[in-house]
Amino acid sequence: MPAQSSSSPLAAGLLDLESLDRNEIQAILDRARFFKPPPNETYRRFETLRGKTIVNLFFEASTRTRVSFEIAAKRLGADTISIAAQQSSVSKGESLVDTLNTLVAMRPNAVVMRHSASGAPHFLARHLQIPIVNAGDGTHEHPTQGLLDALTILDRRNSLEDLRVVIIGDIAHSRVARSDIHLLSKFGADIVLCGPPSLVPAELADLAPGIRIAYDMKEAIRDVDVIMMLRVQLERQHEAPMAAGEYFRFFGLQLEHLALARPEAIVMHPGPINRGRELSSDVADSQSSAILNQVENGVAVRMAVLERILA
Amino acid sequence: MKSVVNCLLITGGRAIDPASHFDASADVLIRDGKIEAVGTGLKAEGIPVLDATGAIVAPGFIDMHVHLREPGMEHAETIETGARAAAAGGFTTICCMPNTSPVNDSATVTSYIVQRAREVAAINVFPIGAITRGSKGEELAAIGSMREAGIVAISDDGRPVMNARVMRRAMELARALNIPVIDHCEDLNLSAGGDMNEGAESVRLGLRGIPSASEDVMVARDLLLAELTGASFHVAHLSTSRSMAMVAFAKSRGIPVSCEITPHHFALTDHELCHYDSNYKMKPPLRQSRDVESIIEGVRNGTVDAIATDHAPHPGDEKMQEFERCPFGITGLETAIGLTLAELVHPGHITVGRMVELFTSGPAGVLRMDRGSLKPGSPGDVTVFDLTKEWTFDVRQSHSKSRNSPFSGRRFTGGPVATVVGGGIVWQRE
Repeated sequence: MPAQSSSSPLAAGLLDLESLDRNEIQAILDRARFFKPPPNETYRRFETLRGKTIVNLFFEASTRTRVSFEIAAKRLGADTISIAAQQSSVSKGESLVDTLNTLVAMRPNAVVMRHSASGAPHFLARHLQIPIVNAGDGTHEHPTQGLLDALTILDRRNSLEDLRVVIIGDIAHSRVARSDIHLLSKFGADIVLCGPPSLVPAELADLAPGIRIAYDMKEAIRDVDVIMMLRVQLERQHEAPMAAGEYFRFFGLQLEHLALARPEAIVMHPGPINRGRELSSDVADSQSSAILNQVENGVAVRMAVLERILA
Repeated sequence: MKSVVNCLLITGGRAIDPASHFDASADVLIRDGKIEAVGTGLKAEGIPVLDATGAIVAPGFIDMHVHLREPGMEHAETIETGARAAAAGGFTTICCMPNTSPVNDSATVTSYIVQRAREVAAINVFPIGAITRGSKGEELAAIGSMREAGIVAISDDGRPVMNARVMRRAMELARALNIPVIDHCEDLNLSAGGDMNEGAESVRLGLRGIPSASEDVMVARDLLLAELTGASFHVAHLSTSRSMAMVAFAKSRGIPVSCEITPHHFALTDHELCHYDSNYKMKPPLRQSRDVESIIEGVRNGTVDAIATDHAPHPGDEKMQEFERCPFGITGLETAIGLTLAELVHPGHITVGRMVELFTSGPAGVLRMDRGSLKPGSPGDVTVFDLTKEWTFDVRQSHSKSRNSPFSGRRFTGGPVATVVGGGIVWQRE
């Protein structure tokens, strides 16, 4: 089934932010802001995608991303089906291509997909004629998370330009970090990456313009506008980056760190948070924390993306 | 009764024989399966003639590193189909690696391959035996008996011997048996879990990296062991700048070392992986442009002894998966000449004579084979190729059973024209 005819660069789906240009990202963010409800109200319901079917295919466990894609699709009037791969024929040994071909034969309009293998949606997009929305591929990208992070920053800042952002933690294994970096770099932000050396390889500096690497947390946080913490992804690490117990001491975010950042600096985290592992409880609950705003913005951003792909 | 199929007169070509420093317009006469004469105006009554006007007539090309998958994995390739692909790629002799099922670690398996090749292969096939039993890296395989049964080298290609003491013993034995030890140099602890070259590209794609150092530390180890034991050590598919420098240094010190490179390692870099296409996934992985530059310089300055394809067929469904689940390796027999012309000869890095050397006397020297030359009395194996004809490689037309080539659709200028084994034409361009 051919993709919907549309002039949008997203007509074929959304695989990553690296290949999107700044104008396209800005258009998505503007539209997401339109979808955002006023405080204490719920999302308005639209009929834009009435009659369309979206399959959410999650080969990895997910709560917030899956639910938020589902709500976004339903608020636009689309029908959604969510499949956790553990329940599907994948557990019977079917290959990824065969699973997707089977689903595509039932004529959905788009597939939202999360997979543990980097590049899995790119691989499928080369072989299937259906828009694929990447909801996180291995340690590569998580484009809608990058978009909602940008929207969250813009809730509290006028522009992404001239911002200084530090991303702290397991960047090597983080798809969120890659999407954030590509997006922020396109808008001219200064980006500092910080974490233990084995989780912050020097080659990250070549990922996009404007990146600096720091292995000292205090130096990394100094004068930043935004602190993005990453989850310690034990499931993707194949060896310990440093002795047990040392991680939080050297790379955990604590209240006293906030004093080094610019006034009004915000703290973000893609969740789920591990209190006491990558950030202290008092930071997570502090005024600076924008963690719940991120979750909230997820629906608006995903509405904007789905609309752009399917409407 | 003499069979006329073992006789052939190849006329009108430019004969190049690096082993005898010959490069001139000349006819080549093969009689009774052996080269009889090379010279102008040769005449022979009642013998078939192959017109090679405008083409190069070279000794039969040797690919010292292929995987034929038989016995055990015949759905990917057989000795018959692999040999046919080799013939179509201009090769008259191939050496097959022992990672079959069962592993070629005994005279029984070696004899099976030799016998089977005699029955079904259009070209010469020489087995390479395992270094250790089952290529498990622990105890030595039956190297002496395999030598008697016909192996030309030993290697645990793909499952390299990690224990330096075991490697030392293998080298000592190989020296006594007068065969080289071919090592796929990879420190498995450093490369564990990796899917592509470690560098900016692997970081960008979120794929786990295989550092150059995983190759370099093993090349260094083996060079030291070769010096210790006096064994001939051959580096398989050398892919890094530092390994090339170490081999050049070792050669200058008189250590008995040789090395091969593959066409894909001089034709491609890790930038090609941007679409997560598993036809670019192999070991060693595609490296960076500075490594490609070093490889080309090694070809120019004589450090490199041979070009080998590391032809590694995999059936389509195995390569149609998530990148990290796909097996390593690509086919290469039918594109080797085209790629070498395109990347090394046409840009002027090397002469066509040097190219012929890398496919003939180079590998023959490493393997101590009495082949790879047009001297009278040599086997009547000849590769005819041209430098100008435009053609496109279409993997769907490949003679291999597998289709895992990244070069499908690529345009080439010059390629194989005819393949002659023992005086018989086994493949000819349509």
